[in-house]
Amino acid sequence: MKLIFEQGGAGHCLSLLPECDVPVVRPSKVRAEKAPLPQVSETELVRHYRTLSKQVYGVNDGVYPLGSCTMKYNPKINEDMAALPGFTDVHPLQPDHTVQGCLGVLKEAETALCSITGMDRMTMQPAAGAHGEFTGLLLIKAYHRSRGDAARTKIIVPDSAHGTNPASAAMAGFTVVNIPSGPDGCVDVEALRKAVGPDTAGLMLTNPNTVGIFDKNILEITEIVHAAGGQCYYDGANLNAVMGVVRPGDMGFDVIHLNLHKTFSTPHGGGGPGSGPVGCKAHLAQFLPGPVVEAAGDGSLSLVQPEQSIGRVRTFQGNFLVAVRALCYLKTLGREGIPDASKHAVLNANYLMHLMKADYDMAYDVTCMHEFVMDLGHMKHETGVSAMDIAKGLLDLGIHPPTMYFPLIVHEALMVEPTETESKETLEEVAAIFHQLAVTAHTDPEALHNAPSKTPVSRLDEVAAARHPILRWS
Amino acid sequence: MGRYVPITPSEEREMLSAIGVDSLEALYESVPHDMLLKDGDLDLPAGKCELEVRADVTNLAEQNTRFRTVLRGAGAYRHFIPAAVGSVVRREELVTAYTPYQPEISQGILQSIFEYQTMICQLTGMDVSNASVYDGATAAAEATAMCKDRKRVKVYVSACVHPQVLEVVKTYSFGSNTDVIVVPAKDGRTDAEALTGLLGADAACFLLQQPNYFGQVENAEALGAIAHAAGAKFIMSVNPIAAALLPTPAECGADVAVGEGQPLGMPLSFGGPYLGFMAATNAMLRKLPGRIVGQTEDREGRRGYVLTLSAREQHIRREKASSNICSNEALCALTAAVYMAAMGPDGMEQAASLCTSKAHYLASQLQSEAKLPLLYEGEFFHEFVTACKPETAQAILDALEAKGILGGQPVEGGLLWCATELVTKTEMDQAISIVKEVCGQ
Repeated sequence: MKLIFEQGGAGHCLSLLPECDVPVVRPSKVRAEKAPLPQVSETELVRHYRTLSKQVYGVNDGVYPLGSCTMKYNPKINEDMAALPGFTDVHPLQPDHTVQGCLGVLKEAETALCSITGMDRMTMQPAAGAHGEFTGLLLIKAYHRSRGDAARTKIIVPDSAHGTNPASAAMAGFTVVNIPSGPDGCVDVEALRKAVGPDTAGLMLTNPNTVGIFDKNILEITEIVHAAGGQCYYDGANLNAVMGVVRPGDMGFDVIHLNLHKTFSTPHGGGGPGSGPVGCKAHLAQFLPGPVVEAAGDGSLSLVQPEQSIGRVRTFQGNFLVAVRALCYLKTLGREGIPDASKHAVLNANYLMHLMKADYDMAYDVTCMHEFVMDLGHMKHETGVSAMDIAKGLLDLGIHPPTMYFPLIVHEALMVEPTETESKETLEEVAAIFHQLAVTAHTDPEALHNAPSKTPVSRLDEVAAARHPILRWS
Repeated sequence: MGRYVPITPSEEREMLSAIGVDSLEALYESVPHDMLLKDGDLDLPAGKCELEVRADVTNLAEQNTRFRTVLRGAGAYRHFIPAAVGSVVRREELVTAYTPYQPEISQGILQSIFEYQTMICQLTGMDVSNASVYDGATAAAEATAMCKDRKRVKVYVSACVHPQVLEVVKTYSFGSNTDVIVVPAKDGRTDAEALTGLLGADAACFLLQQPNYFGQVENAEALGAIAHAAGAKFIMSVNPIAAALLPTPAECGADVAVGEGQPLGMPLSFGGPYLGFMAATNAMLRKLPGRIVGQTEDREGRRGYVLTLSAREQHIRREKASSNICSNEALCALTAAVYMAAMGPDGMEQAASLCTSKAHYLASQLQSEAKLPLLYEGEFFHEFVTACKPETAQAILDALEAKGILGGQPVEGGLLWCATELVTKTEMDQAISIVKEVCGQ
């Protein structure tokens, strides 16, 4: 595909702006030359991006069982509502009385998400999951400091955690203590007991965990941390298994983040914008990034600074339009639909796991939650076909591959999360395609080493890309 | 209730039976029984159909005031958005894709980011750009983190940066246990003498905003030279529209250029989604946070694009990563790229020129007609502060609001006004006559 810089040329442009209707003023110092941006006509521009968009695979193109990413359907009504000029054409610094609708969106979303998670307060400021993690950890830091407990400098993270967990803990100034998982993929309770102490600031945990299992010892785990004086952080990446079924607040967690772009049906946009609201129990609410939305006696809403706020983590009120989309989803599903969605996410995962068991080894062969992890170690040993090869084979067959090589505790991992918005028929088609690949792995492994062959490009040389970085056109 | 689950009750029974359990609830056997929510525990309204949701949410949107004329910026700017921008970024395959982890089926997104990175470099004059961060403030905070090393640990920030940007830098620094020193202002600009006096051997960087929060054009090159003389890195946070006209961060000697990308085709949207752009010199490349797209070849030698330099990132480096960022603002980066391509070199410059010209007209008329003096005498770009007492400021804002005009942002000492290419002379004249009346002229 041509780059946009390789099209058009001098004189190609769109007719967009009027002549100046006031005297023209120039800055005293200007740049040496105009920004050498592309020069294209509107036809060239639109065709270029149309061409690019044909080489993209989204949820609306087909099934997307990307583990840990919850690629569920993104409802159209959400997009319509987020495009209302009453939301898009509002300045973030308008006076409170002129933005009651926006504050209403934030308040309603906060209230509903607190009900679902068992938290007392929530901020919509964080723009993504990792941003939420960082925010939540700062709440924990501020809490310990406010109690004169500055010696709590360590955050415990299981080795099965998302990479963002330890990275966020480091950014929040903590030392990371990694603890190994038990043979069942869950927290090794004895290892945790040994790890906690007077320097423990907290524990970060995903439950269900990254191998798709609900940790049955969860209450014991959070009690161990609390008894040692630490706080418990819930990574909401996997909330889609349990929303409306069981609440992080009831599991003993003090602070959580959610991913509205996973669990609450807002689109991923090819890598964002997301939204990572942070919820907390009452004892942490005074530290939330300010301002938060408060209701007065007469029902009017205003932005108020929490007493001992850690300060903003982003300008204004975060990715507001993402909150609008999530609110539409919450209103649509309501009290019956929220648990119904999670239960069907778990049903779909278990059904697909059941269909795939004949061909693939499961890393943990138990009832899973919303996702499951396959271990292709045996297949690789037998046929030479790796998790990567199977993933690339799927590309030729029109399916987005599962998450590869995560969690790190399973070496040839493929992590599958079908979500509740796929039909029984689609799941059966997915299983059939995986079956076809398992057969090919035994009959023609070379074909899979060379996959994909039907995509616009074949496997790309990532080593060369990193060794000799070309990061811009010139 | 509304529902997006396409499984019928009979299919559900078949599926449960295949799995070997008798109910959906039985799938949750690993959850401690008394922890499970009972009917009625979940305090949410009943679900609604699409028609009801539309009515409900439209009603919320209608409770907001849409101003006909916006004379306020202060970090969020109402600009003209070409129709082509919306038509591209609403394409559902782009909207509903994940981060491009599978490059063979994601070349469209990867190439669009590669092009975005290039355009950010063209706009700022810098060598390399990342694929975006959350907003301008987090970009500034991440930039300060890039500049620290074992010896150089302190972050210096101009008092004239956006107050919310300063606040975010401080919050991030609370995390990393970093000292933030605010370099005072003098006459609405960074005090160069104070900066020279403050910077020590442990200074990691100096963060400047151009134009600054008060709209003033800083002497960026000179301030950058002061930072460099002290061995500190120079970070410039720039308005991307102004950047089309003012000397580039590269020309001013910046090591890192960041900014709020919202003016590049994103509507105001009560604060987001917005876009943090980050660009740097080649020397700083491996300290850049976030995703970066690079060019490479496939097995047949065809040009293609991949996410690259991931050895910096959290999924590889975990607690040793340059940042925790994972999801960024990809669709906003695409928006900015389409916007910049639509505008082109001339359109970008024209937008910048219209903004500064209109702001100067507004400022001169507020002075001459309404007798509102400017608080600062220095050169400004498309924002400026008029001096007045808080009660006068409120009276002005109220009178403007009654006529559908959003007046300047209240700041210490007066009102911070902004004009963009969207505001016509007629609209400004109307606003000026209202202000004139309030001020009794």
